[in-house]
Amino acid sequence: MQKLEFLLRRLGTSIFVLIGVSVITFFIARVVPANPAALYIGPKARAEDIERVTKQLGLDKPLPVQYAVYMQELLRGDLGNSISTKRPITEELMGRIPVTLELLFSGMFIAVLLGVPFGVLSARWQGKPFDWMVRIISIVGVSMPAFFLGLIFQIVFFRNLDLLPLAGRVDSDLRFSDPLTELTGFILLDSFLTSNWVTLKDAFLHLILPALTLAAYPIGLIARMTRAAMLEVLEQDYIRTARAYGIRQYFVIYFYALKNAISPTLTVIGLTFAFALTGTFFVEILFNWPGLGLFTVRSLLNLDYPAIMGMTLFGATGYVLINLMVDLLQAWVDPRISLR
Amino acid sequence: MTVPIPLTSEKNNTRTARHVLSVILRDPLSMIGTLIIILVLFMAIFADQVAPYPEEGKGKTNAPNTLMAPSADHWFGTDKLGRDILSRIIMGSRSALIVPIGVVLFAVLLGAPLGALAGYKGGWLDEVIMRITDLFLAFPSLLLAMAIASALGRGLDKAAIALVISWWPWYTRIARGVAVGLRERYFVEAAQAIGVRDAVIIFRHILPNTLSPILVQATVDMGTVILAMGGLAFLGLGTQPPAPDWGLMVSDGRTYILEQWWIATFPGMAIFIVVLAFNLLGDTLRDIFDPRQYK
Repeated sequence: MQKLEFLLRRLGTSIFVLIGVSVITFFIARVVPANPAALYIGPKARAEDIERVTKQLGLDKPLPVQYAVYMQELLRGDLGNSISTKRPITEELMGRIPVTLELLFSGMFIAVLLGVPFGVLSARWQGKPFDWMVRIISIVGVSMPAFFLGLIFQIVFFRNLDLLPLAGRVDSDLRFSDPLTELTGFILLDSFLTSNWVTLKDAFLHLILPALTLAAYPIGLIARMTRAAMLEVLEQDYIRTARAYGIRQYFVIYFYALKNAISPTLTVIGLTFAFALTGTFFVEILFNWPGLGLFTVRSLLNLDYPAIMGMTLFGATGYVLINLMVDLLQAWVDPRISLR
Repeated sequence: MTVPIPLTSEKNNTRTARHVLSVILRDPLSMIGTLIIILVLFMAIFADQVAPYPEEGKGKTNAPNTLMAPSADHWFGTDKLGRDILSRIIMGSRSALIVPIGVVLFAVLLGAPLGALAGYKGGWLDEVIMRITDLFLAFPSLLLAMAIASALGRGLDKAAIALVISWWPWYTRIARGVAVGLRERYFVEAAQAIGVRDAVIIFRHILPNTLSPILVQATVDMGTVILAMGGLAFLGLGTQPPAPDWGLMVSDGRTYILEQWWIATFPGMAIFIVVLAFNLLGDTLRDIFDPRQYK
């Protein structure tokens, strides 16, 4: 019962936050710019266009009315049309979701796979060389601009070693020799499901550098927070009791301690998604990865204002939903949460 | 870094500046960080004297020297317009340091009083301020900054304003956390009892106590703000050419990485080193003020 109440309360907060997010985006789109109509038309605005768009967007009406219209369109899933491609923005964004998610999930997967053990082991060997190594790795990870790390990877692994492809999702020749049937939009999954092994291998090789670039920041963040959480738990009385009973060290750490350090670690993983989400912008532009980030960056370059605002709302919504999922997951792994 | 640090205002006050200094001096990593920051500060102040080609650093082109590899004359090579990259990095250190410092400063000036007000007053005012804070935190900060920067138009000043707007809520949270703890303390109640006005209590008695955790967080945040600044410039939303900017230089050099790798590499290194320096210092500061680490 308490769980259900928590779930409903948490859902309620998320809806409130989403409404707030739409208000802020509305303000940025309509109130902040000196001449929103001109921005909505793009760089080649003429006087009669501005008049037309002012009417069309209702910019001559009071703000609450404008917001109501804006919300109505939003609820219908209408974010307007992109200036540069002329297509509906919702369509543009939807088609690119799997492309970005494939990158985002791979990056976060690497980050969790490395970050959590790094944090746990450096807490176990506090003050030892391994702990120092992890400290340096995490500080370097959070200090490295993604757009620079990616360049270094490209110089080293493509130019110097010629080990991995420079950019793109898959070699363009494969489109003719081994065409891929699209099912989900995730190349790895699609090629696996259709037993297209050539494409699977190629797509995997293409994914390594972008995913690693994206993972650098989250690895640092996750490792240090896991370490802090583990150190806190390891000082608790019940751990000392477990040790006094002669329970083996690795059992104490991986079974008793890790279980209670998971909750703060989950919070950080949720938080890192925000960094990873904006990280994809830089990674996608460097590696020519045709996802949401590349679309956003192109929109920025082309002054495609409706597309930028659509992406802002979209990105924030995605982030709110990820945080909601993290919270629910936390309540599920840590029963103490729902009592608060 | 935007992970809020745990708050222990009472303990913080006992950890004096001397204590902080002694810990920094004892930790080799934070010493290195501090030294780098001081060095870059000097480089920024005396940029005109230090840069080998100050005019090129500011944007003057030099066509005969296009795309030269690093050499004795041009330690870091030259770019597509023949400008000395070292000089441009040195000139660029001004905006690379001053702008993020300004961003964090204004974010603190905006965020901290609001947080102190919310925490001290409590009730509906607290509720309203903190819910608004939550809304701003619901955006990934760089995404919000990007949207605001593109609404305001291009330019360094606009990118800076955009970053202030997406950063202030973190300081509001910290200040509120401290203020809530202080509300019931005797010195605050005593001030109330003798009829000191709320505004005076907030600015004289509450805000000064929020200073040390906020300073720590501000140092920790400097690295992230420099990264975000570089990111916005890389996307073309910050400094506009020909002004020297590290993020913009990386973006310009991107097309040449396979042949002229030095154009993007050295400015990228510059960003990395400065951010690293702030993070090394911030990491130690956070360890001092984080009760979980402090024994």
